Amino acid sequence: MASVTITVNGQKRTADVEPRTLLVQLLRENHGLTGTHVGCDTSQCGACVIHVNGKSVKACTMLAVQADGASVTTIEGLADGATLHPMQEAFRDNHGLQCGFCTPGMVMSAVDLVQHNADPSEQEIRDWLEGNICRCTGYHNIVKSVKAGAAAMRKTKTKKK
Amino acid sequence: MYSFDYARAKNAKDAAKLLAKKEAKVVAGGMTLLPTMKQRLAKPSLLVDLAASKDLKGIKKAAKALTIGAMTTHAEVAHSSVVKGACAALAALAEGIGDPQVRNRGTIGGSIANNDPAADYPAACLALGATIVTTQRKIPADKFFKGMFETALKRNELVTAIQFPMAEKAAYIKFPNPASRYAIVGVFVAKFKDEVRVAVTGAGPGVFRVPAWEEALAKKWSADAIAAGAVKAADMNSDIHATAEYRAHLCAVMAKRAVAAAK
Ligand SMILES: Cc1cc2nc3c(=O)[nH]c(=O)nc-3n(C[C@H](O)[C@H](O)[C@H](O)COP(=O)(O)OP(=O)(O)OC[C@H]3O[C@@H](n4cnc5c(N)ncnc54)[C@H](O)[C@@H]3O)c2cc1C
Ligand code: FES
Ligand code: FES
Repeated sequence: MASVTITVNGQKRTADVEPRTLLVQLLRENHGLTGTHVGCDTSQCGACVIHVNGKSVKACTMLAVQADGASVTTIEGLADGATLHPMQEAFRDNHGLQCGFCTPGMVMSAVDLVQHNADPSEQEIRDWLEGNICRCTGYHNIVKSVKAGAAAMRKTKTKKK
Repeated sequence: MYSFDYARAKNAKDAAKLLAKKEAKVVAGGMTLLPTMKQRLAKPSLLVDLAASKDLKGIKKAAKALTIGAMTTHAEVAHSSVVKGACAALAALAEGIGDPQVRNRGTIGGSIANNDPAADYPAACLALGATIVTTQRKIPADKFFKGMFETALKRNELVTAIQFPMAEKAAYIKFPNPASRYAIVGVFVAKFKDEVRVAVTGAGPGVFRVPAWEEALAKKWSADAIAAGAVKAADMNSDIHATAEYRAHLCAVMAKRAVAAAK
């Protein structure tokens, strides 16, 4: 067994796990954070995308032990209490989800995009979502959501300043 | 996944020492190794994590070569202003690997050590005449890639960095698999003062050079110097994605586009 301490959504948490435990398993099974989904378990679909030290990664293709000492943000960490994150709000407003299975990964991936490209074009959004698969929406509304979410994130940023 | 022990190496030397354990294996980005372990195709007894080995990271430019540490991620190469300035083709190649999350974890060292016949970096290494620096020696790219998933690396030898000589012009064009973005065919062309080098990935059982095109391009640097017959269908892979004939055809098309795009 190995002791793994990560800061999840701002909270320090430790668990004893086998080295072969995936990061997504640690989050879902040990820490009860089931917002991060497992769609394919083969690094293809992006349902498991979270942020590790601020960068989006596929949590099904990282071991929990590899994240020891890291800071992790999951979909549960985006909202501010009852107030949704602007990207989450944009997915709701633009009908960016149907069954919702891919949505946590889509949102986490989109937030990472906007972190370094505040105003992405439609093509840039489509390219960025290469690793996120949705079997329901046909992507159009997801792209619309990300565009609106990026605009909302720009606004909240200027407000904060 | 079979169970295993896990250790974090402090640096390359430490990692090489830990590798002495029977059936030990290093993990870099884990983008290839972890899926392989999930399928139970790999069964390491000890996984040696290179992520904390700072000596394996970083990008440096000197007068004659660009050096990239083995643990540098695809995203770091793609976004590096140093790489863009020294060899824009290399940055563009890195940006075309997989998807953003694969690029955030996957490393150049892991990619070339793995030598997947459809991987992108081997084409850049071979066409630019790179030198692979290991914990034991320096290996020219021409001697490093040994066919499907095989390299000149010894069992406990690690890639520490890759040195790329500076080309006058270079470009990489690939015909990606629409699902994975691995190359169905990818061609890297590099023009130096005294030679031209052309490397092809994805098409055959391993990355290879095309001497006929290199000679033709050295005489005349132009897309029409690429003659279709130089790459034979008999030497190509054939699978559900593309037949051997189609791959042979794509080689010439990608090579022409690469020459036209080279900067
Ligand atoms: C969905 C998906 C899409 C992808 N698409 C592409 C693509 O379009 N093009 C492409 O080229 N690749 C693609 N890849 C592969 C990706 O680039 C990997 O990152 C790469 O092949 C392996 O790098 P890694 O750092 O993840 O290595 P790991 O998976 O950690 O290791 C791979 C192998 O190399 C060994 N190794 C690692 N580092 C070293 C070292 N420094 N010295 C010696 N041995 C070492 C390991 O022991 C292991 O055997 C894709 C992967 C995925 C999951
Ligand atoms: S579950 Fe991780 S990519 Fe599909
Ligand atoms: S909304 Fe159902 S998979 Fe995307």
